Amino acid sequence: MTFRSGLLGMCSLLVMSGFANAETLTIATVNNGDMIRMQKLTDDFTAKNPDIKLEWVTLEENVLRQKVTTDIATKGGQFDVLTIGTYEVPIWAKQGWLVPLDKLGADYDINDLLPAIRGGLSMDGKLYAAPFYGESSMVMYRTDLFEKAGLKMPDAPTWDFVADAARKITDKKGEIYGICLRGKAGWGENMAFLTATANSFGARWFDEKWHAQFDQPEWKKALTFYVNLMKDAGPPGASSNGFNENLALFQSGKCAMWIDATVAASFVSDPKASKVADKVGYALAPDNGLGKRGNWLWAWNLAVPAGSKKVDSAEKFIAWATSKAYAELVASKEGWANVPPGTRTSLYTNPEYQKAAPFAKMTLDSINSADPTKPTVKPVPYVGVQFVAIPEFQGIGTAVGQQFSAALAGQKSVDDALAAAQALTTREMTKAGYIK
Amino acid sequence: MARRVTRTRKWAVTIVAWVIGILIFFPILWTILTSFKTEGEAVAMPPSLLFFDWTLENYREVQQRSNYFMHFLNSVTISLGSTAIGLVIAIPAAWAMAFQPTKRTKDLLMWMLSTKMMPAVGVLVPIYLIFRDTGLLDSRLGLTIILTLIDLPIIIWMLYTYFKEIPGEILEAARMDGATLVAEIVHVLTPMAIPGIASTLLLNVILAWNEAFWTLNLTAAQAAPLTAFIASYSSPEGLFYAKLSAASTMAIAPILILGWFSQKQLVRGLTFGAVK
Repeated sequence: MTFRSGLLGMCSLLVMSGFANAETLTIATVNNGDMIRMQKLTDDFTAKNPDIKLEWVTLEENVLRQKVTTDIATKGGQFDVLTIGTYEVPIWAKQGWLVPLDKLGADYDINDLLPAIRGGLSMDGKLYAAPFYGESSMVMYRTDLFEKAGLKMPDAPTWDFVADAARKITDKKGEIYGICLRGKAGWGENMAFLTATANSFGARWFDEKWHAQFDQPEWKKALTFYVNLMKDAGPPGASSNGFNENLALFQSGKCAMWIDATVAASFVSDPKASKVADKVGYALAPDNGLGKRGNWLWAWNLAVPAGSKKVDSAEKFIAWATSKAYAELVASKEGWANVPPGTRTSLYTNPEYQKAAPFAKMTLDSINSADPTKPTVKPVPYVGVQFVAIPEFQGIGTAVGQQFSAALAGQKSVDDALAAAQALTTREMTKAGYIK
Repeated sequence: MARRVTRTRKWAVTIVAWVIGILIFFPILWTILTSFKTEGEAVAMPPSLLFFDWTLENYREVQQRSNYFMHFLNSVTISLGSTAIGLVIAIPAAWAMAFQPTKRTKDLLMWMLSTKMMPAVGVLVPIYLIFRDTGLLDSRLGLTIILTLIDLPIIIWMLYTYFKEIPGEILEAARMDGATLVAEIVHVLTPMAIPGIASTLLLNVILAWNEAFWTLNLTAAQAAPLTAFIASYSSPEGLFYAKLSAASTMAIAPILILGWFSQKQLVRGLTFGAVK
């Protein structure tokens, strides 16, 4: 009897200690297709790690950014895994807010990560966030409209070709617009596109001493080109169009070209949502012969905040979600076309993936041609292709974006918008102590 | 002749009221309609009003993806809890200001209201730190406290204006009959002010239900109410408007139904004392 109750007691102790060991990871993430898919596939992770429970906090990108920033800056410790962009990683790593990921496991194969993406997530040779999916920007165009106009899109077009083709195809009465581009003000909206475009015109945000460069001829050329092109060949009300608005226009067949995130390819080629699914071609973002293309580089990454008390489990989860095995898991459940793109070299050498994703090569070439440490023709003091990785950029970028959006809407001349951008950037950078 | 004018006028007023009503309700109606469309139809131009393939797919997807019931319970707890606590504090406070005013009462009222003029984000970090150190982050108790605090000025103001309408002599009479202070407030004042208190309660429940700054910023997985549930379906990169509409419809449905059944109380309370 005593023996039995002793045994029972031991068993219950074991069970209890088992419960005590079960850790709950709180994961903050954004609402996009790949992330939602990952949430649905986590049974695979919890089956392999029965002592780890997962809780998700999914939020809209900008809400998430504000919330996660508050939490990490105050060391609130509400989250164990964060989904953050390439903009935050270098800033937060420098602040000591992120845990370096050095326990990802032997079979993680860190050298398989695409160099351009890995470079933006590392500091002093240490990886501070693991890329979940990466994206660049490229040209999506309507093969039927190009054929009708007797034009052939090269794999690597120039801005001149794109502008000529856009003007030729535009039929405003028939509601066909040659080109749809972002115009909505915001550092992650129109400024992502315009900064990347300006790179290909040889412009830069700052010189080596952090002086704003909007008074230079390169910016004037880039902005004039953009405003004139959109006036001639863009849809009406373009100054309030962001990614989603342009996606809706392109899907309903109103745009001949759209230059935007590579992730859009999976939307416009989906016959359930897109009227033009079988008539879309892809090309690299345009250039001006200066050696830099107008494409950006972005990745959503998983990182562990310094306030987390469950670092080991968190790294285990990150290793699972960004591994080669995860790609195979998605492929087996939902097909190769749905594997998160843009993070690993091995995915692009996989013949099955190449067959399933017609835009694979274009995505890889676009990502490889963007270098966050040398984004433009002239040298710069910052990291980032379509952004400047300093904390002040969100505010400055959006303010400059409002000036350029006003220029697109015709409320301001290009010269006035550039002068205002120059003045406000110089003021903010002086206040922040960059300009001595 | 005079009668005819009244009748025309009545018609005109009715039509104007309907037009305004439909204009105000239209965005909600549009959300509800969109929630039954496919993602493709949700962004189609020109949009179709009623003639599309009605589908419940979005609701199914939302059900699968999130725990609606948990968010719903959080919303109910937080909004009812903060309103109840708010009323317990505000009724005595409004009584004091309405029936025992001092020189400073008006200043005090203005000062309370002035706290509403500060942008919430200005105190986000201090509040976040207090919540972190007291372990209130991501807890329903914490949210109830913060919503009580931010809505208290409005509750006190509303009750104050209602109480002002009640003749002080009645309370005096109660006191003459030997009623204690508590008895005076509970048994005499409160029953007379029921319509005012009811509309304050309803309005505050609605305000707390819709509050989307603190409820988003101070919660993570456990205490997140329906505002966070909606925010998880919004996306700047990807057209998920139909799913977002389905989530929004599910989030506003309870409060919409509550408002529908209590609209008489609400209108009576809001116009209480306005027409004499």
